[in-house]
Formats: sequence, C-alpha cells, structure tokens
Amino acid sequence: MTEPRTATTAAPTARANAPTPRVRRSGAARRRLRTAVAAAGFLAPSLLLLLGFWIGPMLGTAWVSLQDWNLIGVPTFVGLDNYTELLGDAEFHAALGHTLAYLAGYLPLVLVCGLAVALLLDAKLPAMTLYRATFFLPVISSWVAVSLLWKWLLNPADGLVNRILGALGVPGPGWWTDPDWAMPSVVLASVWKDVGFVAVILLAGLQAIPRDLLEAAALDGAGWWRKLRSITLPMISPSLFFVTVISLINGFQVFDQVWVMTEGGPGGASSVVVEQIVNNAFSYGRVGYASAMSIVLFAVILLVTLAQLRLQRRWVHYE
Amino acid sequence: MTTRRRVLAAAAGALAAVSLLAACGQDASGGADDGATGTVTYFTFSAAPDHLKDLDAIKAEFEKQNPGITVQVQTAAYDDYFTKLQTAIAGGTAPDTFELNYENFVTYARAGALLPLDERAKADQDYDANRLYPKAREAFQFKGKLYAVPSTFSDVVLFYNKKLFDAAGVAHPTADWTWADERAAAEKLTNKAKGVYGDYQPVTFHEFYKALAQNGGSFLSEDGKKATFNDAKGLEAAQWLLSKPGTVQPTVAEIGGKADYDTALFTSGKLAMWHNGIWQISKLAGTAGLDFDIVTEPGNTRKANAVFMNATAVSAKTKKATAAWKWARFLGSSQKAVETRLGSNWELPAVSDQAAFDSYLKKTPPANRKAVFDALADIALPPVLDAQQSKMQDIVTQALEKAASGQATPQQALDDAAAAVTALIK
Repeated sequence: MTEPRTATTAAPTARANAPTPRVRRSGAARRRLRTAVAAAGFLAPSLLLLLGFWIGPMLGTAWVSLQDWNLIGVPTFVGLDNYTELLGDAEFHAALGHTLAYLAGYLPLVLVCGLAVALLLDAKLPAMTLYRATFFLPVISSWVAVSLLWKWLLNPADGLVNRILGALGVPGPGWWTDPDWAMPSVVLASVWKDVGFVAVILLAGLQAIPRDLLEAAALDGAGWWRKLRSITLPMISPSLFFVTVISLINGFQVFDQVWVMTEGGPGGASSVVVEQIVNNAFSYGRVGYASAMSIVLFAVILLVTLAQLRLQRRWVHYE
Repeated sequence: MTTRRRVLAAAAGALAAVSLLAACGQDASGGADDGATGTVTYFTFSAAPDHLKDLDAIKAEFEKQNPGITVQVQTAAYDDYFTKLQTAIAGGTAPDTFELNYENFVTYARAGALLPLDERAKADQDYDANRLYPKAREAFQFKGKLYAVPSTFSDVVLFYNKKLFDAAGVAHPTADWTWADERAAAEKLTNKAKGVYGDYQPVTFHEFYKALAQNGGSFLSEDGKKATFNDAKGLEAAQWLLSKPGTVQPTVAEIGGKADYDTALFTSGKLAMWHNGIWQISKLAGTAGLDFDIVTEPGNTRKANAVFMNATAVSAKTKKATAAWKWARFLGSSQKAVETRLGSNWELPAVSDQAAFDSYLKKTPPANRKAVFDALADIALPPVLDAQQSKMQDIVTQALEKAASGQATPQQALDDAAAAVTALIK
C-alpha cells in the first residue's frame, strides 16, 4: 500500500525537475484524457462558481467563527469562545424559539393551502393556465416587494385588512405592531408568497397519478376523502416530501419578510436567527459571533434534514 | 483538438479578464507626491437628500482652491451608512475620507482604521486648531491624539406650532418649562377629533439617555463599569417617554410605520410640540403657512440637551493622505464650508466663529434662533460603549419597546436592559 502512494506523491516533483519524456499513449487512453479535459472544461464554470461563492464562503464562515472580528480591525483568534457564548445567549435562544414558532405556523399552513390549491388547479376547467400563472405570480415576486405589500395590507391604522374587518364589525389587531400578532403577520405574508410554489410541485405529482387508479377506487365506492387519503396522498408522497424538506430549510432561514415587516420587533418579539446573524455581523461589529450563529443554524438544518431523510421511509412511497 | 483549444482559449480569456479586474481594483497613483493630488473619495451620511447641492458647492470651491484634487462624493442614508462603511473597510475599498459621528468614532479609532492627524495638523500652516469648536475637538481625540477633523454639530430643541398654541389659548413654551408644564400643555393641545396631537418624542435610546440626564440621573456608574439607568430616576425618565403615545402622541399602531410621519404631522399643522434636531429648520422655514418657533427642551430636575457631533476622518489605508487631509480640513473650518452650512440651515459648522454665527442668528424663522446656542450650555452627550455602541442602543430601545407594548413592566424592562448593558461592559 505504501509504495504506490509514495510514488504518486513523488511524481510531480520528479516531473518538475526532469524534462518530461514523451510517452506513447494508446489511442483509448488519449481519447479518455481528451474526454476528461473536455469535461473539466465544461464543468469548470459551474465548479468555480460553486467553489467561489458557496463552498469557499462556507469554509470561510467556519474559520471566521473562531475569531473575534469587527470587520474594520484585525481578527483575533478566540477558539470556541463564540460557541460557548452562544450557549448562554438568551437573545439567540429567543430568536431560535421565534424561528421554530414561525415554522410551526408556516409549514402546516403552506402545505395544506398548497395541497388545496393544487387539488383545485388539477380540475378540468377552462382558462386553467391563467389560474396557475396567477397563483405562481407571488413566487416569482421579490420578497421585499411582497413584504412591503403585506406591511401595507396589514397596517393597523388604515390597512385594507383592518378596514374590511372594521366594516364587518370586527376590531382588527395591531398586526406587526403588536408583539402577539407580529409573527402571525409574517407567517401570513410568507404563506401567501410560497403557496404557489408548493402547489405547482404538488400539482405535478397529482397529474402523474394514473386516472384508472382513482376510477377503480370510485367504482369500489370510495368517496372523495377516502380517495384522497388512500390513493392521492400516498401517490404524491414523494412530491410532498420534497416540498416539506425545501419549505423547512427555507423556513429556518426566514429573514427578508421579518426585516421588512417588523425588524424583529416590537421589542424583539419576532426576532429570528438570521436577523440576529445580520445584526451581529453588520450592526454590532461581531462578525465572528455571527458566523458561529450561522454554523449552528447550518448544523440544525442539516440534522433536521437528515432526520427527515430517515423518517421518509415510513411515509414516502416511490413507485 | 478544437475542443481543447477552445477550452484553453476560454481559460486564457478568463485569466485576462481576472487580471484586468485586479488592475482596476488597484489605485494607480499615490507614490511620488505623498498623495497630494488626484481623486479623493468622501463618504457621508449627512448630505443626502436635503443638502447635496450645498455639499457640491463646498466641493467646487475646494477644487478651485486646490487644483489637481478632485473630490468624489458617495452618500448613504444614516441607517445603512455604517454597514456600508464597515464592509468597504473590510473589503479594502475604504473611502479616502469619511464622516463619523461622536458615538461611533472610538470604534473606528481603536480598530486602527483612521489615520492619526496630529502631525499633518502641526505641519499645515493653514490649519488653525483654535478656529474649531473646542468641545468638538476634544470629542474626536483618541488616546490624546486627533483622529478626525470636527465638521459639524447640531442639537435637539423643542419645536412648537404657534398657531395651535394661540388657538388653544396656551402660553408659548419658555426655556424655564419643566416636564410638568410640557405635559399640561400637551394635554390641552391634543384634539384627536381634529387629528391634532400635543406632543411628539420618539421612545428610543437617544431620547431616553437625554431624559435621564434631564431628570438628574446617570446612565453608567461613575467608574463606567455598570449600567445605572434602571434606578428610580431612570424609571421616571422611561415613564415620561412612555406616557406620551396614546395620550398626547400617536401610538406605533396609529403611525403604522409611515416614514417621516412626525415631519408630515408638524408641517401640516397638526402637531403642537415636536422634539427634533435643528437640521429640520431648513425644511420647516420653507413650509408655507407654518408658524413655528423653537425653545430649549424642558427638563425635569435640570436642563440637558442632546448634541450630535460629526467629523471627517481619513482612512488609515488611503494613498491620498495629503489631499485627504486638505479636504477634511476644508470641510471642517474653511470659510466656504462655514458659510454654506449656516446659509442653508444645515448642521452647524464646528467652529468658534462668532461673526459667522451672528448672521445666522439674525435669520428667521425661528424667531428664537438663539435657543440653538443656548442648548450648548447644558450638553448631555450620549454614553459611549466603545465597540458595543449599536448593541447598547438596541438593547435600550428594545427595552422601551417591550415596556410600550406591554411585554414587560417599565421597571422589569429597564432592569433586564441594565443587566445586559453591564454584561457588555465586562
């Protein structure tokens, strides 16, 4: 084992020192090499981008998380100090709690609403493409635009929602100015934006269900609910699984809508993890600490996603 | 073969592009004349959006007097300014000169981001340290050395709408007013049916530290190691601010996040008293039909006025040090800068130039313009916590928000905030 490895490591040095002898390669080897070079050439743009803008910064974040650095001075190495400080940081714990509360509201709502919309869009009606496009419109809109829109709609003073509620005789809540309603306001805006995405993925799943299955079930006397539970849901479970994983990951990273609608307020009532990261990095001059938060968030998302991959065996059916 | 050649060509092209980019990133000159000529970049938060023309006038005069130097102005809103400045410094693209305020100055000086200026000041015969306002000169020293040239200062006063006071039969505020007088007047002036509010004072860190001083309290202990703003005096100061929204001032929900709500309220004649900075004077003086005046803010047990100070710093990494110093000096004390700032009701130049101020004092409105200078008799500068300034300000503002939204009692919110601030000092 040892010998070939030494040979390989020694090879570049040897080649660098001595003029390379012209080795006659077989035609096949030459073709393979040519294919490999071409493949590398084609992959290079994506690989470089991936390295430069994703893997590189990730490794950089891990390194910065071991430093005390305010961006304008020289970083000092502090080991795991940032991580031990996180253990006792009540604000960070609160932000984690708020993020979970957001997920608890957002995930079920976006899935149920997305499924409902998908079922409706699956119907055979005229102008269905128009409806589908309409539901997808918020998905391709910018988060900032959507958040501003909802901030206005949910304006406690004279927003449309409270005007309608007022006309119905219901006193509207303070929405994003009220600590109890701030997070629900954010959830509402997020569900509205993302429901189209979930619906489109689920719709693709729905349309892949063989119609004869549903017809056979109907002949056997299965009603709407029974067909949904016993045929539709199991058949679209891979799509459901996919949107659950994606939505959960996005949910953990909730930021734009919080930043625009509540800025984490009032009084920190809707402060979330990514908002804490941004504040620490760019406002409080604690880039190292913010990086440690990012790594913790990454670890949490990784664990949750791994758990989902394990659990999927219980409920996801691939044909 | 063609594939390989194409790949190689592409790679070579990419390399060329990268080296070109790198070349662009590098500043060409700076060597021989110690950066006395060329383009000096200047980053500022105080000019946009109302005073860009005034800054341009100062810049034009500077360029005329200093042939060979061009100033390139970059602006950002105050809320984004320090984020942009930090990332620019971290990314090695720091502007040659940039504006700093008193609260954030120490952070940058300690981090070594600023060029020490004492020697340049000494060597420069055109620089007269005595022309600068002494308090401002002190404020921008770090470890006894000058790290930024003071440029402007401004203070916060009580603006009031004379018509509303007269219509309600309430006597105009005077410099002797206390919180109780302000409160009584605000209650009489508030007329919600007409959409008129008696008072407006934000419930934030900057208002709180000042109210605390007006109540004879102290933000930090004498040795600076402990936050003391949660004592009885602090509670009273917090309650003074918290008592306004919902009674004599619109609530957060009523404001609904509208930008410059208070400005609109005051300029439309629906706000009787407004705690704000003198930088508002130019806008108000230009508002037709608005009859307003100013007075120093009421105190409770003593007078205390918030003062903001700005300065021009030179980046430690600049290649145009000599030109940058000249620009910083010009912004701070040149005749043109002083005249432009005073003439346009911008922030006040940080100079001791009575003659210049005399003409400023003669202008109306406001009739009682001397209140701007009266305020300097009792200055309450914000507490500064070195590198943790924004964190501390956020802790205090958030505590006040918690109390305002009923998530905690004022005492509980202040206690938590004081503990958090003490932990920051360490």
